[in-house]
Amino acid sequence: MSLKADLEMSRRGVLVGGTAVAALTTVPAEGQAPRPAPPAAMPVSLEVNGKRQTLELDTRTTLLDALREHLKLTGTKKGCDHGQCGACTVIVNGERINSCLSLAVQHQGDKVTTIEGLGSPDKLHPMQAAFVKHDGYQCGYCTPGQICSAVAVLDEIKRGVPSHVQADVGKRPTASNAEMRERMSGNICRCGAYSNILDAMTEVAGARA
Amino acid sequence: MKSSTYERARTPAEAAAAVGRQQGAKFLAGGTNLLDLMKLEIETPTHLVDIQDLGLDRIEKTKEGGLRIGAFVSNTALSADARVRRDYAVLTRAIQAGASGQLRNKATTAGNLLQRTRCPYFYDPNMPCNKRKPGSGCAAIGGYSRQLAVVGSSDKCIATYPGDMAQAMRVLDATVETVKADGATRAIPIADFHRLPGDQPEKDNVLEAGELITAVTLPKPIGGKHFYQKVRDRASYAFALVSVAAVIQRDGSGRVSFGGVAHKPWRVAEADAALSLGAKAAAERAFAGATPTEDNRYKITLAERALASVIDQAKA
Repeated sequence: MSLKADLEMSRRGVLVGGTAVAALTTVPAEGQAPRPAPPAAMPVSLEVNGKRQTLELDTRTTLLDALREHLKLTGTKKGCDHGQCGACTVIVNGERINSCLSLAVQHQGDKVTTIEGLGSPDKLHPMQAAFVKHDGYQCGYCTPGQICSAVAVLDEIKRGVPSHVQADVGKRPTASNAEMRERMSGNICRCGAYSNILDAMTEVAGARA
Repeated sequence: MKSSTYERARTPAEAAAAVGRQQGAKFLAGGTNLLDLMKLEIETPTHLVDIQDLGLDRIEKTKEGGLRIGAFVSNTALSADARVRRDYAVLTRAIQAGASGQLRNKATTAGNLLQRTRCPYFYDPNMPCNKRKPGSGCAAIGGYSRQLAVVGSSDKCIATYPGDMAQAMRVLDATVETVKADGATRAIPIADFHRLPGDQPEKDNVLEAGELITAVTLPKPIGGKHFYQKVRDRASYAFALVSVAAVIQRDGSGRVSFGGVAHKPWRVAEADAALSLGAKAAAERAFAGATPTEDNRYKITLAERALASVIDQAKA
C-alpha cells in the first residue's frame, strides 16, 4: 500500500472513531440550546509547487494544515503551531512565512513553495545538497523549515532587505556569518545543528556570489 | 480554535462597516498575533474581515514632505523602504529588532500597533487576568513580573505593550489614520493611540468597535542620528526587557521613547528636554513616579544604561 493510501486510510479511521465518541458525549439534554451551525467552509484555490490546487476548507484551516492534511505534503512540519519554532516555514509569493500562523483562505491565488517543491531526492536543491554535505541536521524535524528559510534568507540578502545586525541600514547587507545567524533566528533546532546549517548556507551563498 | 466565518472586504469603509455591524467580528491583516491567540481561545472572533484587498499596501509621500504608510504594508517592506532607511532609520532599526524574518514578512503596520501584551498571565486562560477577562483580577501583581511594566501601570494591570515598531513611531510623532464603522475618518496622534491600563486594562487603545486603521503617517524627516537599542534575554527573536528608541541631534538634544516598560510606548516630555544633560537626568524624569515590583525594578537601571549607551554612540 502506498504511503498516500495509508494516510487516507488512517485519517478516515480517526474521523470515524472521532464521530462515534462525539455522538456518545454530545447527546443533547432536554431543553438544551439547539445545535450550533456547522463550521463555516469555503473554497480555496492556490498554486502549490507549481500545481493549481482547489480545496473546500473549514475557514479555520491553517495553511500548514491545508498542506499537510489536505494536500498530503507532509514535508512541512508542525512544531509549536504558534510561530515560535519555524518548522512550518514555507515560501509564499517569494517570501518565507510561518504557515501555522496563516489561514489557508488568506492565500487565495497565492504561489506556495514547500520543501517538496524546492528539490527532489533525484534532483536536490543546492541548499538541500549543502545541508546533506555539511550535516546540517540530526533528527531532521526542523530541517524542511530550516531549508525553506535558508533559501529565502539568501534571497532577502540579495534583494537588500536590512537586518538588526547591520551597522548602517542604509547600505546593502552581505551574506556574512552574523547576517545569516540573525536572519535564521526564527528557526529553532533542538539538536543544535546551527553551526553546520551556517556552513551549508555559507557554501551556497559563496557558490552564488 | 472556535469556528468563524470569513470575508474579504473591498474598501476600507466596507471593512469597517462589516466589523461594526456584527458583534464579535474582527479585522484580519497578517494574522500572526490574532491566529496565535485564536488557537489559545483567548481571542474568539465569530467573523473575520480580511483587509488584504483594500489597496492599503503602499508607502506614499505626503504633501507635507512625510510618508503615508498603508495599514497593510508588511514590517519587512516598511523597514526595507529606501526612504525609511534614509530618513527614518529608527523605524527600520526598531522593526528589524523585533520578531523573526518569517513573522516580519506577514506582520503588518496596523496589526503591529494592535499587537496584544505578552504578559504570561494574559496567555494562560487558567489564571486571572483583567485584560483577558475583565474583573477576574491580576495574577501578575505578586506573581512572575520580571518582564512586566514598571511605570504607568495600575492596580488592575501591569502588562506591557510588547512591540518595537511603535516605539520608533512614537519618537517620530506619527499619526494613526482610521475609518469608523459609520464611514467617518479621524487622525489619532500616536501619543494618544495606546492607553494606560487604569480601570479598563481590556482596552489596549482608543479605537472604537469597527474602527479600522487605514494608514500611519510620518511627519517630514527631523534629521539627527537614529537609534534603537533593545535589551533582551537572547541576541535575537525575543521581546524587549527594555528598549530605547531615540533620535539625537548634533547638539545633544533629541527625543527618546522607552519600550518594554509600560502599557504604551513611554515617552515623557521632561525626559526629552533633559536628554542633553545625560542619561541619568533623562531617565530620572522618564521614570519619575515608577511603581516597579521587586522582580522588575532592574528595568529602570537597565533603561538608564541603555540610554547612556545610545548617547555615547551619538557622540562618537
